[in-house]
Amino acid sequence: MTTVLVVLAVVMFALVIFQLAKTTEFVAILRGEDKTRLESDRINSRLMMAFLIAGMAALFWSVVYFKKYMILESASVHGEWIDSMFNVTLLFTGIVFILTQIALFYFAWRYKHTKERKALYYPENNKLEMWWTVIPAIVLTTLVVIGLYRWFQITGPEPKDSNVVEITGKQFNWMLRYPGKDGKLGENRFEYITEGNGVGIDFNDPRSMDDFMPSEMHIVVNKPVLLRIKARDVIHDVGIPYFRVKMDAVPGLTTRFWFIPTITTEEMRKKTGNPDFVYEIACDQLCGTGHFGMKGIVVVETQDEYNKWAASQKSFYELGIKGTAEETKFADISKQLKNAEAAKANMKHE
Amino acid sequence: MSDQVINPAIRPVFTGDPTHQQDSTGEIHDHGHHEHHKDNFITKYIFSQDHKMIAKQFLVTGMFWALVGGMLSVIFRVQLGYPNQAFPILETIFGKWAPGGIISPDFYYMLITMHGTILVFFVLTAGLSGTFANLLIPLQIGARDMASPFLNMLSYWFFFLAGVVMLTSFFLPDGASDVGWTAYPPLSGVREASPGSGAGMDFWLIGMTLFIFSSLLGGLNYITTVLNLRTKGMSMSKMPLTIWALLITAVLGLLSFPVLLGAAILLIFDRTIGTSFYLDNIFINGHALANDGGNAILYQHLFWFLGHPEVYIIILPAFGLVSEVLATNARKPIFGYRAMILSLLAIAIIAFVVWAHHMFVTGLNPFVASVFVFLTLLVAVPSAIKVFNWIATVWQGNIKFTPAMLFAIGFVSMFISGGLTGIFLGNSALDIELHDTYFVIAHFHIVMGVSAFFGMFAGVYHWFPKMYSKMMNNTLGYIHFWITIVGAYLIFWPMHYMGLAGVPRRYYSFDAFQSFNMFGSLNEFITLAAMLVFFAQILFLINFFYSIFYGRKLTTANPWQSNTLEWTTPIKAGHGNWPGDLPTVYRWPYDYSKNGDEYIPQTTPLREGETGGH
Repeated sequence: MTTVLVVLAVVMFALVIFQLAKTTEFVAILRGEDKTRLESDRINSRLMMAFLIAGMAALFWSVVYFKKYMILESASVHGEWIDSMFNVTLLFTGIVFILTQIALFYFAWRYKHTKERKALYYPENNKLEMWWTVIPAIVLTTLVVIGLYRWFQITGPEPKDSNVVEITGKQFNWMLRYPGKDGKLGENRFEYITEGNGVGIDFNDPRSMDDFMPSEMHIVVNKPVLLRIKARDVIHDVGIPYFRVKMDAVPGLTTRFWFIPTITTEEMRKKTGNPDFVYEIACDQLCGTGHFGMKGIVVVETQDEYNKWAASQKSFYELGIKGTAEETKFADISKQLKNAEAAKANMKHE
Repeated sequence: MSDQVINPAIRPVFTGDPTHQQDSTGEIHDHGHHEHHKDNFITKYIFSQDHKMIAKQFLVTGMFWALVGGMLSVIFRVQLGYPNQAFPILETIFGKWAPGGIISPDFYYMLITMHGTILVFFVLTAGLSGTFANLLIPLQIGARDMASPFLNMLSYWFFFLAGVVMLTSFFLPDGASDVGWTAYPPLSGVREASPGSGAGMDFWLIGMTLFIFSSLLGGLNYITTVLNLRTKGMSMSKMPLTIWALLITAVLGLLSFPVLLGAAILLIFDRTIGTSFYLDNIFINGHALANDGGNAILYQHLFWFLGHPEVYIIILPAFGLVSEVLATNARKPIFGYRAMILSLLAIAIIAFVVWAHHMFVTGLNPFVASVFVFLTLLVAVPSAIKVFNWIATVWQGNIKFTPAMLFAIGFVSMFISGGLTGIFLGNSALDIELHDTYFVIAHFHIVMGVSAFFGMFAGVYHWFPKMYSKMMNNTLGYIHFWITIVGAYLIFWPMHYMGLAGVPRRYYSFDAFQSFNMFGSLNEFITLAAMLVFFAQILFLINFFYSIFYGRKLTTANPWQSNTLEWTTPIKAGHGNWPGDLPTVYRWPYDYSKNGDEYIPQTTPLREGETGGH
């Protein structure tokens, strides 16, 4: 009922505006079209100026107001590079934005139609056009150079002492895998994936036996970490806003992203004054109707805390596979694979 | 640019209709004079081959789709602005899609997918290019009609069919496609990946295929017409910027849409006959798929090879319309005519080599990405030239604030705001932070959504008298403009801030994340602003349709005192446009306020000592 009333009210309102607007047309005919046109030119030119002033005021107010919500300081080493790039870009574009908007609306206000005014016939000025080609080109070159310098640093090879974490996306959650005590991730293979062996770990590989799959990602502050990123159904994306990390997870490919976190979760809780603060992983690539709930948690901690946590983790093999139906299932699949490979090898020999 | 005059009238041209052949003086062979040749209702209003009627068909169909697409966004904005709040009316209307009056996630993703598809393709490609290329190309170059009126008619009807297919898909049991307008596989390639990946996606692909046919038929015709049917004296260097923009747009479409067709066909194969172009190693719903060896990223390369030129296909016609409206109403020549053409060409060429900037975080080789960074930021240079030239056109003008002029000025403001954020996104390192956040939504809605709409509104208000021989109501136009520009900024500007907080796109709800759930009141505010702007568009629609029938009659053939050829046709131009000979062109279209004359139409012969150029 209320909805019907609201809709009716809106329709009535539209009709009122429409009627008023029609009236102005008749008034215009009575008063003479020229006079009306001059008046509407005056009103609109003033509105142009008002819009410029109100818009700029709203802009500055809103930046101040929303500043507290934006993540302006990131919590990773390369994040700080990105932040400084952002500031440089903002400076250049901000200047251009303010100057061009002011020029546009100021001219619109200043050169409104009057009976006396004559427009200036001024079709061209090559010198001027050269300047406003060259200056943007120089500014953009600067931005490209800074950007690419940082880009190659960020996407370059990870430091040798990086910890490796494998993260696999599926509809609609993340699966993590850590190398166990040996520090090496075992092989995984698509064919081994079952409901129980979600990332298809190859248990024939001795390095796999101590791999563990925790529910939260733990990483060490000020130590590089390399994410090996996979997906097993559709494309997902590992996005961690505070670290400026974002990389797609693509079925059939392994992508990578390395970074160095600089602020522990504990420090961040103090800094933000939020005792429940956690770093969150969000899926940033539409992956289906549960996309908006695909969350992961990252805990940044000191090396000691991390060691303690890692030591307490049981290997996935022991927890989920050993002695269960999954183990026989795995054995079956690996036998089939071996047979298939043997058959293939035979074919080659013949 | 060659000044050589290509006179189409020397060669008789078949215009599809045997009664309309031009002879050497451009006159119609009078088998039946165009004013009274036998038109019944069907050939005049439905299967019309008159470019002016086809333009109106594109426009009205585009408006229908804009209404649908806009409505979809208002509905999903209700979910974002008032999450978990029940509105029983929604259940009454949408039934199972809004159980208990709350929009379901399935429905939400369907809405955003179709909103994107409809607005990008049906409204801003077909509605914008289709309308103004059809209306203005023959009229502004001095031709009787398009090179092939029949293909032109087919172009509209393919578009219409595409629309029917898309509209039908809403009523499928599992609904329309819900995988995003970009339709990335495997989500779009595997039927069980999402409710809308099934029949909804089939319909989407068929609809898009029909749409591509429409676009190609239209584009071929536009190019042929501009190159071959220009009237005497209308050399390329005397063409209005609208024609330049529409010509280049058509070339872009002709070269890029076939690639999308290829991408779509491969996707259809993957979905129906078990090929693996895009699919590899997929384990979904508890079982593994047999597909092996495909590459999901291949689709993205193909898609964006169209997808990026597509945004220029959307914005270039708006560039043209705005340039024309600005010059006419500022009573000044467009500043830097040649630079405007060169920058259009530069943008069009660069448009083809920047597609991978949509893919910086797909695992693309960093070196390849760096090439695309360079090329992407390069496009900012010609864009900057255009902006500066528009501002210089307004400077020292004698500005008449018609509704069209207001939208043209609003366009420049929007294009600056949205264009500058592209400089952030095009820089791959910064894109890591901003990719797929609300910052991107803000960027492309402002720079190609709102801007292109503003260009379209400028065009509709400016050429409405030519289309319908009536005037639209100015006051309603002013109200429409001011609500729209203020509202559009209120909707999209704050989204930059959300993006800088890392808020991802395409989230049905932010409840699960403490990082993103603090924008509740802002989201409500944006929803209210969106409703307000939608309301203003209703005013526009009322004004438009009311004025067609009851608007003030046009009493002069040239209401804006403009120089271009369309205003030399009679108030009610029949099929064939000019009753007598085709007009002859002597000068460029921007002789405004020259030597004391406020305007000098292109058909005015040069005076002594005057040069034809500028």
